[in-house]
Amino acid sequence: MVLIAGRTSKQGTSLNAGKLKDEYREVTSTAEMNTDDMGRLGLKEGDEVRLRTAEGEVVVRCAARDAEDLPSGMIFIAYGPPSSRLMGSDTALSGMPISKNFEVEVERVGK
Amino acid sequence: MSENIRVIENATCTFCGCVCDDQILTVDMDAKRITKVQNTCVLGRAWFTEHAHEDRPEAIIGGKEATTAEAVEAAAQILAAARFPVIYGLSDTTCEAQRQAVAIADMLGGNIDTTTSVCHGPSGIAFEGVGESTSTLGEIRNRADLVVFWGGNPAESHPRLFGRYAVTPKGMYVPNGKRDRTVVLVDVRRTKSAPVADIFIQVKPGKDFEVLWALRALVKGRPVDPGIEATTGVSLATLEDLAARMKSCRYGALLFGMGLTMTRGRHFNSGALLALATDLNRYTHFVAKPVRGHGNVTGADNVVSWQTGFPFGVNFSRGFPRFNPGEFTTVDLLSRGDADAALIIASDPASNFPRAAVERLGEIPVIVLDPKATETGRLARVAFTTATYGINVPGTVYRMDDVAIGLRPAFDSPYPSDEDVLMAIKQRLEELTGAGKGAAAVAAQGTAAGPAA
Repeated sequence: MVLIAGRTSKQGTSLNAGKLKDEYREVTSTAEMNTDDMGRLGLKEGDEVRLRTAEGEVVVRCAARDAEDLPSGMIFIAYGPPSSRLMGSDTALSGMPISKNFEVEVERVGK
Repeated sequence: MSENIRVIENATCTFCGCVCDDQILTVDMDAKRITKVQNTCVLGRAWFTEHAHEDRPEAIIGGKEATTAEAVEAAAQILAAARFPVIYGLSDTTCEAQRQAVAIADMLGGNIDTTTSVCHGPSGIAFEGVGESTSTLGEIRNRADLVVFWGGNPAESHPRLFGRYAVTPKGMYVPNGKRDRTVVLVDVRRTKSAPVADIFIQVKPGKDFEVLWALRALVKGRPVDPGIEATTGVSLATLEDLAARMKSCRYGALLFGMGLTMTRGRHFNSGALLALATDLNRYTHFVAKPVRGHGNVTGADNVVSWQTGFPFGVNFSRGFPRFNPGEFTTVDLLSRGDADAALIIASDPASNFPRAAVERLGEIPVIVLDPKATETGRLARVAFTTATYGINVPGTVYRMDDVAIGLRPAFDSPYPSDEDVLMAIKQRLEELTGAGKGAAAVAAQGTAAGPAA
């Protein structure tokens, strides 16, 4: 699937409370997925999934979103350490690593 | 709540690039807490009300508590011994502190880069190639009858951009506010910004460039293959409608986010959008502005530009500033293992950088200045707790439209400002290295050595 990392209101408010605190960690470890995709993968709200790229892997929790809001095949996650761990460091001589719209493997945890 | 209450009008929020300077703060001066904030958004409220002086040591050296003076000495020793020091961050501090950071990079022959390089850095590259049809947010508020948000979600990242500048406010030439404007949102997903848009255009991920290039063709009256829909997810009819609206509006604004800069294509995406704005000026008035994230990331661009000639990714190792994204940008030089010391100011690259870059930060001595505890602070050899700009520290910041705004702090901090710490480090470095003041020292050395020929 394709991962999009971005800002959210909760990410913004929780980082003010502290980036080492539980709320920020929870917000940045929640992956929004289309309900159709979750059904296809046998996932329900709050289930853990492992996201993997060539750079690394993280375990995050699923949050369901309507298919109308989030297209099939797309995962949204708030910017934070988990999304950064999946990014590559190649910037194509721009300074900017690809931080949105990169492919990740999705695996249900605890099958 | 104590009796010692102070109300501060026209205070400035420095959380995001909107830099709203109309905040009204109610401050409990005894408790050192902001208890009420008016005219703010959800992010601004958290920024002000969550601010409290945590009981943190003023500095930490090698995991042990230290004084600021001891940490200044340790930091200066690290930087003086480094052959390739990198200075990074700067988007959440004052312009006054940013100036000191540039001076240190200059003095050391080091590298200076800001969070712009992982934000709108690609747009900065595009500005140099394509140019920028620019404006202030006030101009957009008073004149824009067509606003196109592209690749961003201001409802969550810049909530007051809608109400204060670009969607609902009544302006001089848009007296009925939202009713006089057409608002378009272009994005890969239907975000919380979609409800304010009259038109929502959903693009397939990674196809912004194609859509922008097709719009350029349509604006110029050139044919576009209907197959564009299969490629981009956007029908030709939708693109024709948008192109017609763009050409026929009185004043159009493209406000674009990191959906363009952080995806494949990067500066080509931003460049396509900027070129579209330029094309449209043959027919009407059109501007394009990047929506900037951190409170003074625009100030970082301005300060680094006016002091070095370049906005970010600047290297002084040859005694003069060189700009080369991909070489002197921090993700690249850390991932390659180039830097041998890092001075990180008001930023948390250990949370936000790719693994290879973070691993390099773990191998080299790192100095951190930050009001809060962060992942980067955890791996730092020397960590300073500093006062928070805008809440404790006065100074200057730049709004996302390059307008300079002064800060009205709420209460004092027991911790020094970033500027104070950087000035102290700079002063000690002058003693340790025998450097004068940057270019002046280089010039003086040249004179002492005599002419080359």
